[in-house]
Amino acid sequence: MNDGGIIAIFLQNLPVLVVVIPLLLSPVVAIITAPRLAWAISVAGVGGAFLAAILLQSITGSIGRVTYHLGNWEPPWGIEFVVDSATSLTLVIMTGLAFLATLYARASLMSEVKHTDLGKCYAAWLLASGGLFGLVATGDAFNLFVFLEISALSSVILISMGAGADRRALSAGFNYLIIGAVGATFYVIGVGFVYAITGTLNIADLAARIAEIGGNAALYAGFGFMIAGIMVKAAVFPVHIWLPAAYGYAPSAVSSLLAAIATKAALYVLARLLFTLFAGVPDITELAVTYVIVPLSLAGIFVGTVMAIYEKDIKLLLAHSSVAQIGYIALGFGLASSASVAASFVHIGNHALIKGGLFMAVGGFVAALGSRANLASFVGIGRRMPITATAFTVCGLSLAGLPLTAGFISKLYLVRAILAEDAYVITALVLLSSALSLIYLWKIIEVMWMQPATAKAPNLAENPAIYFPLWIVALANIWFGVDASWLVAASRASASALLGGGL
Amino acid sequence: MLMQLAAIWNYLIVILLMMVGLFLVISSANLVKKLVGLSIFQTSVFLFYITLGRVSGGTAPILTDAPDTLYSNPLPHVLILTAIVVGVATTALGLALILRIKESFGSIEEDEILAAKNESAAADMAQAKPGVEA
Repeated sequence: MNDGGIIAIFLQNLPVLVVVIPLLLSPVVAIITAPRLAWAISVAGVGGAFLAAILLQSITGSIGRVTYHLGNWEPPWGIEFVVDSATSLTLVIMTGLAFLATLYARASLMSEVKHTDLGKCYAAWLLASGGLFGLVATGDAFNLFVFLEISALSSVILISMGAGADRRALSAGFNYLIIGAVGATFYVIGVGFVYAITGTLNIADLAARIAEIGGNAALYAGFGFMIAGIMVKAAVFPVHIWLPAAYGYAPSAVSSLLAAIATKAALYVLARLLFTLFAGVPDITELAVTYVIVPLSLAGIFVGTVMAIYEKDIKLLLAHSSVAQIGYIALGFGLASSASVAASFVHIGNHALIKGGLFMAVGGFVAALGSRANLASFVGIGRRMPITATAFTVCGLSLAGLPLTAGFISKLYLVRAILAEDAYVITALVLLSSALSLIYLWKIIEVMWMQPATAKAPNLAENPAIYFPLWIVALANIWFGVDASWLVAASRASASALLGGGL
Repeated sequence: MLMQLAAIWNYLIVILLMMVGLFLVISSANLVKKLVGLSIFQTSVFLFYITLGRVSGGTAPILTDAPDTLYSNPLPHVLILTAIVVGVATTALGLALILRIKESFGSIEEDEILAAKNESAAADMAQAKPGVEA
């Protein structure tokens, strides 16, 4: 088509490159035994995906929608990758945070994973990243299942790597494997029903045919199975039970990666199913969001927050708080107005920054302390590790939603969107839960800064390889709190792409 | 009624296997049994797809010379080939994890593992205290 040149080829293949670069580098990394080299290749791989995602974002900004036909097979026969404004925004957020987490991973993994496992750990890392990017980029319902499983299996491996420091990582990984596999299988059952009715697997094609066929018992069954399966992956209450242990006992770098990108990808898929695939049967989707997703999100927000208040182990506490934050995102999708969906995308970005940063900081503490981070070991740590502790505090305040932080922007747009729907009860509940989240944050901050460490406590060494990526994330939390125009504009474009029946 | 059920016996088997598998996953405390349940659950989905692809009166989807041959739909079978690979990978990873769990907890029963985990949690707290004074 175009005159050759490597750049032209690169630009034509962007949608697939986001996924393929990490996936193809994974087996290369698996056979490299030198951890440093394996890490460098991983950084290059995820960085390449980040670059491709940024280019995609600028392309979708101007022309709206990019598709890629794998192996040049025309859809609906072949597998198609579809990238529109919503996809590219999600990809930029995910690849960006994955890139920072990879930069951070070397020093943190060294302190928490057995050295002989490091090369394989990076291989799983690349597989998980590539699988999650593919989950977002693909336009094929069955291909989505394959990416779901690629990312789930490699995430299980990554979580279990935490066994080098704590054996409980093994059972956390096993539970996630079983629950995740049941979820993915539910999704496949749903795809089977929908395929039986429509005879197609391409999401755009499916959406068109479902709109023609309309209401149908088998279709409704398929809808239920697919949504239930994806809710497991997105860790929406009450099927979030795998999440706290998985994030709590995984190596900190892995917690940071997964908290930033894994549930986000599943939430994006949930939105795609509700607003694109099943847009043709509004009776059932409206029923699902009103009576299932909104109440469950609200329940998740409170359960996660209350569990976090009573938790003493810092990583488990942050994981419980993730359940609550996922609730906010799902709530925005559940209200299904363009403002609330845009608010959800804002929070997908901001929560990735917040939780990614918090887990990075905890990794810094764990590396310095040489033991698990809990409230007892955090006494006076603000004075002993000021650089890491300050970044932790910045991200923590952002989580609570204080003004001038990214979290505030999320809450602002979410509350505005809810008020526009005249849902005062939901508004009150969201504000109440925000206030409650201050309790568990204050608990940590108080121990860190207000309580003095005993006189003998030495200052702990802080590693620039850990706090440099951490501070990039922390500063981004402030940056997006002060000037959120780019993220808000991109989120609005995403919402209109999703709800406008795009794709 | 019975005839109607007999006409859809393939789907009844799928549902039966699905329920048996899911029940095993939820109810067994033994990790290997859980994994067995998961495999049965996944197998029921394989059968579901395969039975979907069957066209009544259709033959195996291998190209024949006769022009008016009715073929069964091969696509679900191909999809399930992928799902089987995924299932094998899941089982393999699960078994590998069970081995490691057995090594470090000395058991593959959930309640005993839970007891061991509580010990670890208590140890965390005990270990953290000297850290304060150190």
